[in-house]
Amino acid sequence: MHIFLIRRVLAAVPVIAVVAVFVFALLHLAPGDPAAIIAGDLATPEDVAKIRTKLGLDRPLPVQFLTWIVQLAHGDLGNSIFSAHPVSELIGQRLEPTLTLTVMTLLISVLLAVPLGVIAAWRVGSWIDRFVMGFAVFGFSVPGFVIGYALIWLFAIELGWLPVQGYTPLAKGLWPWLSNIILPSVTLALAYMALIARITRASMLETLNQDYIRTAHAKGLATNDVLIGHALRNAAVPIVTVIGIGVALLIGGVVVTESVFAIPGLGRLTVDAILRRDYPVIQGIILVFSGAYVVVNLIVDLLYTVLDPRIRY
Amino acid sequence: MIAAATTVTPAERPTSRGRIVAFVRRHPTVAVGGALLLLIVLASIAAPWLGTVDPISIDPSHRLRDPSAEHWFGTDRFGRDLYSRVMYGGRVSLIVGLSVAALSTVIGLAIGLVSGYLKAVDAVVMRIMDGMMAIPAIMLAIALIALSKASILIVIAAVTLPEVPRVVRLVRSIVLTLREQPYIEAATAIGTSVPRILVRHLLPNALPPLIVQATYICASAVLIEAALSFLGAGTPPEIPSWGNTMADGRTYFQLKPGMVLLPGFFLAVTVLSINLVGDGLRDMLDPRLARRM
Repeated sequence: MHIFLIRRVLAAVPVIAVVAVFVFALLHLAPGDPAAIIAGDLATPEDVAKIRTKLGLDRPLPVQFLTWIVQLAHGDLGNSIFSAHPVSELIGQRLEPTLTLTVMTLLISVLLAVPLGVIAAWRVGSWIDRFVMGFAVFGFSVPGFVIGYALIWLFAIELGWLPVQGYTPLAKGLWPWLSNIILPSVTLALAYMALIARITRASMLETLNQDYIRTAHAKGLATNDVLIGHALRNAAVPIVTVIGIGVALLIGGVVVTESVFAIPGLGRLTVDAILRRDYPVIQGIILVFSGAYVVVNLIVDLLYTVLDPRIRY
Repeated sequence: MIAAATTVTPAERPTSRGRIVAFVRRHPTVAVGGALLLLIVLASIAAPWLGTVDPISIDPSHRLRDPSAEHWFGTDRFGRDLYSRVMYGGRVSLIVGLSVAALSTVIGLAIGLVSGYLKAVDAVVMRIMDGMMAIPAIMLAIALIALSKASILIVIAAVTLPEVPRVVRLVRSIVLTLREQPYIEAATAIGTSVPRILVRHLLPNALPPLIVQATYICASAVLIEAALSFLGAGTPPEIPSWGNTMADGRTYFQLKPGMVLLPGFFLAVTVLSINLVGDGLRDMLDPRLARRM
C-alpha cells in the first residue's frame, strides 16, 4: 500500500512538470511579441522593453526556463505585472470564495446526481429514467452563464428570495454567506450533475444485470440494501472516476460563474488578469488549478482501493 | 432493451416519405436535433435576408429600446439592433464549432494513430497529453488568447488545443485494441508499410466513434467560444457573437433581462441540438456504446 502511494504520487510529478513546461512554452510559442501584446496598443517602446525585462524575455531561453523552474520549486509564482504583488499572495486572497463555491457545488452534485442515477437505472425505461436522461442532455447543453442569468432573473429579480450577486464571507454569518452562494452553486452544479447522473445510471445498469444482484433479491434482501449495498458499491469505481475527471469541467465553470455572480474569487482574478493581460497571474492560476485537478484525481485513484478491495497496486 | 426491428419486404417498396417517417420513428433524437440544427445553420447563412439590419451600426438616439415592430428584440446600449446581432452571432458559433471539430479531429487522429501504433513514441506523447488534459480547457484557451491579438482564428486555435488530447486518447485506445487483430498481423506479414496499415486498415475502424466524438467537440467548442467571448477573451467586440452580445447586455440585466437571455437562449438551443445529433449518431454508429450510456 505504501509503495503504491509513493509510486502514484511520483506518477503525478511528470504531469505537473508537463503543465509547467507547457505554460512556459505558451509564452514563447504564441504568435507575435508577447511583451508588446501585454503592454497594449498605447505602450511606448520603453514600456515594452520594461515588460520584456520584467518577464525575463530578454535573457537566453535556457536561462529563462531554469529560473522559472527554480522559482516554481520554491513556491514562487512571480509577481503581477499590473500591481507588482506576488502572484501567490493574490491567489491566496481569492481562495475562500472559490473553495466555498466548488465544495458546495460538489456536495449538491454528488448528493442529488448519484441517487437520481441509481433510481433511473433501477426503473430503467420509466418516466423518471426518461426525466433523468433528458435532464442530463439539458444540463450538459445549456451554458452555465445562461442558466446563471435565468436563475438570477427568476429567484432574485422576480421572486426576490435571494440576493442578485456578490459574496459574503462565512465570518459574517451563516445565512448571508449561504444566501449568496446558493444560486452560483446550483448554476455550476447543473452540468456536473448531468455528467454524474449519466455515468451513475450507466454503471448501475451494468451491475444490476449481474448474478449476485439476483441472488441478493432471491435471498430476500430489501430493495434499498440491494441497490446501495450491492449494486452501488460495485458500480462506484466509474462514478468516482467521472467525479474526478469532472473537476476540470468544474474549474472551467468556476471562472464563468464567478463572473456572472460577481464573486471575488480566483475566476474573477482570472478575468481581471485577462483584461489587463497580466500573464504571470494567468500562469499562476493555471498552475494552481491544474495542481488541484491532479491532486483530486490522485485522491480518486487512492479511493479505488477503498471502494473495491480487489484493486491492488 | 427492445429494438424495433423494421424489416421491409421487397414487395412493398417504401416511398421516400415513408422512409423519412420510419427514420424519425427509429431515431427521434437525430431527427429533432438535426432539424433544429439545420434551422439554425440556414438562419445564420440567410441572416442578411431575414429582416436584419447591419448588426454593428450604432444609433445613439435609439439606445436600450424595448422590443418593437422595428427592433424585434430591442436595441443595446449603443442602439444596435439586438435581433440582427443574434442572427449574425450564430455565424461565429457555427464557424468556430465546425472548425474546431474538424481541426482537433484531424490533428488528434494523426497523433493518435502514430502514437498507438509505434510504442517508442507512445510513452512521451501520452505524458504530454496527460499534462495538457490537467489544464482546464477554458484556462488553456485564455492563456493562449491573452498572448495574442484578438481574432476568430486565434479563438479557433485556442479552443482546438485543449480538445486534441481527448481525440488522441480515443484514437489511441482504438488502435491499441486493433493492433493485435489477426488482419493487422497478416498485413504486416505480407510486408505492408506502416503508413499504409495506419491509413488503410486502422483508420476506417476508428472513424465511427471519431465522428461521434467530433460532434461532441463541436458542441463543446460552441460553448467555450461563447464563454470566452462572454469573459472578454474571445471573439473581438466588432464581430457580433452570442457570447459578446451577452457580455454587452449584462450591465443592464436587471432592467432588460432579454439582452442577456435572448442570445443565451439561441446558444443553448444550438448546443442542445448538436448534442442530440451526437447522441443519435452514437446510437446509430456504435450500438455497443449506446447500450452502455
